[in-house]
Amino acid sequence: MWLYAARRIVLTIPILLGVTIICFALVQIAPGDPIQNLLSPTASAADAARLRAAYGLDQPLPVQYFIWLGKVMVGDLGMSIANNTPVTGEVLHAFMNTIVIALISVVLAFVISMIFGIIAAYRSGKLVDKAITAIAVFGISVPPFWLGVIVVIIFAVNLSWLPATGMGASGSENFSYFRWADFKFAIMPIIALALPPLGIMTRTTRSSVAEILNQDFVQTLRAKGLSEAQVIIHAVRNIMPQAVAMLGLQLGYLIGGSVLVETVFTWPGTGYLLNKAVLTRDIPLLQGTILVLATAFVLINLVVDLAQSMIDPRLKRS
Amino acid sequence: MVSSRSWGALRFAAFTVLILNAATGRASAESVLRVAMTAADIPDYTGAPDQGYEGYRFAGYTLYDGLALWDLSSSDKAADIMPGLATSWSVDPNNDKRWVYKLRQGVTYHDGCPWNADSALWNFKRVMDPKAPQFNPRHVGQMGTYVVNIASVDKIDDSTIAINTKVPSSLFPYEMAMFYMISNCAVEKAGNDYNAYMQHPSGTGPYKFDKVVPHERLELVKNDKYWNPQRIPKHDRLVLLPMPEASTRAAALLSGQVDFVEAPSPDTIPRLKEAGMKIVTVPYPHNWDYMLRMDVPPFNDIRVRQAANYAMNRQDMVDMLQGVAVAATQTLIDTQPWYGKPVTYDYNPDKAKALLKEAGCDPCVIKVGISTSGSGQMQPLPMNELVKEQLEAVGFKVQLEPMDWNALIGVFLTGAKKYDYNAINFSMAPIDPVQGILKKWMTTYAPPACCNWGFFSDPKVDQLGNEALGEFDAAKRNVILTKMNEQAVADASELYIVHDLNPRALSPKLSGFVQAQSWFQDLTPIVVSP
Repeated sequence: MWLYAARRIVLTIPILLGVTIICFALVQIAPGDPIQNLLSPTASAADAARLRAAYGLDQPLPVQYFIWLGKVMVGDLGMSIANNTPVTGEVLHAFMNTIVIALISVVLAFVISMIFGIIAAYRSGKLVDKAITAIAVFGISVPPFWLGVIVVIIFAVNLSWLPATGMGASGSENFSYFRWADFKFAIMPIIALALPPLGIMTRTTRSSVAEILNQDFVQTLRAKGLSEAQVIIHAVRNIMPQAVAMLGLQLGYLIGGSVLVETVFTWPGTGYLLNKAVLTRDIPLLQGTILVLATAFVLINLVVDLAQSMIDPRLKRS
Repeated sequence: MVSSRSWGALRFAAFTVLILNAATGRASAESVLRVAMTAADIPDYTGAPDQGYEGYRFAGYTLYDGLALWDLSSSDKAADIMPGLATSWSVDPNNDKRWVYKLRQGVTYHDGCPWNADSALWNFKRVMDPKAPQFNPRHVGQMGTYVVNIASVDKIDDSTIAINTKVPSSLFPYEMAMFYMISNCAVEKAGNDYNAYMQHPSGTGPYKFDKVVPHERLELVKNDKYWNPQRIPKHDRLVLLPMPEASTRAAALLSGQVDFVEAPSPDTIPRLKEAGMKIVTVPYPHNWDYMLRMDVPPFNDIRVRQAANYAMNRQDMVDMLQGVAVAATQTLIDTQPWYGKPVTYDYNPDKAKALLKEAGCDPCVIKVGISTSGSGQMQPLPMNELVKEQLEAVGFKVQLEPMDWNALIGVFLTGAKKYDYNAINFSMAPIDPVQGILKKWMTTYAPPACCNWGFFSDPKVDQLGNEALGEFDAAKRNVILTKMNEQAVADASELYIVHDLNPRALSPKLSGFVQAQSWFQDLTPIVVSP
């Protein structure tokens, strides 16, 4: 088990290196220049050149890359060009803002989708199955940023129940998830984030449970006289490895893919930061954010793999 | 007859009201103005704002002053400059390259540091002397353009300085309205480390820095010792929130999270009005145009440029924007003193077709760089589609090439010759004759020097420009600048489309705001009712 874990951790290193190279190259290929945001519209080319030199952006690309990589090795992600602040602090602060709503969303989606999926599979073809399928398809198809705008119109503008934007009345620094006045800022982003994984996980749970319920051993269980509830518990245990894998994957997507939702709600997380970094071509911030997100994605998958092998003894044997 | 029980209930009710009043009284003792900006981040507030002129508007003129300031007290005329940290200025009668500035006395920065000639000289060194400990390359990036013509600055006495320019420049005072003075004591106290200074920035402006939550909010408080008593803010606190999404800004206003919203999108305006919000619009020196590349075909031919201008049905564009823009027949707006009486290119598709035919450009293929969003760019995608449609109706063949705002700024800054675009849709701020006329049309300002993107060149315009720079009598200079502007329009130096009316939406709780015909606005007169 430990050897397996160690092997997996070592294997993440080339993956992360690949990520740094790809994101560095992509940022360079894209048109635009981080220096432009620091220049007035009437600035001269000489002003631009002076500033470019001040940020080391006049160095050849491979040199810039290796300088950056060298610093990353010691935990220094460089300085944001747009804000002149350390990227490490920026990204970690944003990451903490994102991870909590992403976790709540994915756990919420997971619990609801398990219940929905099991009911739908158990009542396959009935009205309740159709209703749940409709909800799931809605969740998969509807763009979360659109849903974000719609829930804002309903709950913030028309009903005035929830605030429309931001993270806390005085900003994220004093935010507490355990204070209602603050937490209500998180509710709509959580709804918008939770719906797509809810749809995907409901559909997967439904088909997995339905498949298990059709297997011979279920018939045997019933023949032994087990109650329907006990039969379902057996079925659920069988789909657990798959469900956990899905959970991890969806969490990874939410952490990295919440750019649109966070922008709609002005939620100061990694998605919002990434959007800002892309638009201002803030290369160190962009690279730092992507690196942290990629690391999180890889680590989540590692945890999921280890958890799966604990849940499903067959995987351990293989 | 009132029973004793009722008396008891009444007394209890009165007591409750009293307590509640006391409580709410305490809570609402501070009046707060919350503003949703269109910027994606808090603009730099150390005295060299980024994020375009929105940065100057909210993080510049709030905290800081320049030697001159913009007079933003009227909605009826285009804003012009007025005395700021200098009470007066004049060119040396014996030397037209020397400006003498009398500094305002008795002014201190927010940290108590005195404003005087030494402080002024220190500020110029901040962007002009790479060896000075306070030299800041980031500040040069934003502010360098305003001091580019300065050769040196001399202290005459504690309250007088002389600024020597490299070439005679009658329009130099405009540059000084954009250059902020920051507290030398605060920067020195921070060990010349501008990141440390960011924790305690200090200017002389009508607001003082209070606190910041990075990327989320900047909070300023009233400077009740501001040197101009008329501009002491009529509210206690100003909270600035970056909110790049137009629908989010509208929702935040409707749900009561903010009181003042920049640039609501035209389609949300009816809903905002319905909810009782005040929508204010005013013309201001904004220009939504196509800059044309004029050193190569087809736009090197004036007939093609005129044809493009005659092809524009500008009223269609205004209607599409629900009236938050006005038709533009030149770069400037009609309340600016240099507007003049130039030729106008009213919608005339037949004339446009004839001109194109005469020029032998058929089909007249052009490639246009456009942005998907950006400061001052309004609604670039639908608007450019409409321009394309109108141009193609008269014989152009338009290829629009969308890119994000940062990429388009790059195309603009490098100049037309490095790319194969025949035009770019790039909104500028012709707020003064320097930016609106001289730097746009004089040959000497072609890239890399500055902003004549399309390499426009007309000897008549150049000559008038040089005359204007050497004319220190304001009235006479305005006559020359007007001629210069008229000539540039006669040359069809760009494709004129619309001027934005810069809508803003205000909560009914606010009163006293006067929307100036400017990119900058004065928030100080705003009263926030509970």
